[in-house]
Amino acid sequence: MDAIKLEDVQSYIDQFAAKPVYVHLETTNGAYASHFNQNAYNVGAYIRNAQLTYHQGKIVEHNGSFRVGLKHDIGWIYAEGLTDYEFSEQGHLLLAGHDNQGRLMVALEISQEPFSY
Amino acid sequence: MNFSEHKHVVVIYPHPDDESFGTAGTITKFREAGVPVTYLCGTLGEMGRNMGNPFFANRETLPQIRKQELIDACNVLDMNLEMLGYRDKTIEFESRDDLAERFKNYLEDLGATLVITFYPGYAVHPDHNAMGAAAFEAVKRMSLEKRPEVWATAFSNDRIENIGKPNVVIDILDVFDTKLDAIKSHRSQVEGMLNQLLSHSEADNERDAALERFRYEGFYDVNIDEVDY
Repeated sequence: MDAIKLEDVQSYIDQFAAKPVYVHLETTNGAYASHFNQNAYNVGAYIRNAQLTYHQGKIVEHNGSFRVGLKHDIGWIYAEGLTDYEFSEQGHLLLAGHDNQGRLMVALEISQEPFSY
Repeated sequence: MNFSEHKHVVVIYPHPDDESFGTAGTITKFREAGVPVTYLCGTLGEMGRNMGNPFFANRETLPQIRKQELIDACNVLDMNLEMLGYRDKTIEFESRDDLAERFKNYLEDLGATLVITFYPGYAVHPDHNAMGAAAFEAVKRMSLEKRPEVWATAFSNDRIENIGKPNVVIDILDVFDTKLDAIKSHRSQVEGMLNQLLSHSEADNERDAALERFRYEGFYDVNIDEVDY
């Protein structure tokens, strides 16, 4: 993955607009957060292969990281803290946010085909 | 400890790297004694958040990368591998009954005399606890004369106050380099961790820092009829 370039990612987001797509969305602070720090609390969620069609999508920069909002007919997809992107050989748009040790903290991925199980 | 007493050791953990961190030295000692060891690995760690440091994996490439790392580690440890095909973070939502039956079939087919798994409730990650509970259940369903011994790994912060100290402790000093090779096979998962161990240690090199942390492998030799899980 490479550091997000806003114009490039915006153009990929536009390419998927108004088409049926599959979305992977997740965030996590790791399965060991409260094991290593008693004041911490494990938080995580993921949705793999949500099916939807968005008509409008936008990426916005804020202090060196990025937010993405995808507006669809009955709601929104939202992710914050994105830092890196890749458009893969399989035609997946992969967006992720990593901490300073390279650990994934948030991911938003869009594809016209379902992501592998 | 006479390692050659056993006929077949079956290791049951959910993630590629669980075998290397907790148990690689013990596995090596069984292999050196000529005892076959089989790893039933539940998932490919698909949802891991370590992507290498600096990161080289992403959510979609991670499963294949970790699969190869797992194969490499099992080659280092000279251990048979069965990948069970569950998905990371979902073991606790699978049917305990189905998991236990599947594990029981493996244990009977392989003629297991020892099962090494996680201690349910004291293994921190939900996949560890669920995998361990299903492994305990599998052994409990076997007839008394076929039942393997069970060694369970625990590392939760509350383990000692609840279940005491491990009653099997193996000093793996003489096979430590094999263990470190196995750990390092999991490149996407351990690069950052080994650096951190060194920075938190008084040792002046990575090997000695890792030795401090990983020299002793502790297990609870469990009587399956006497534990709650």
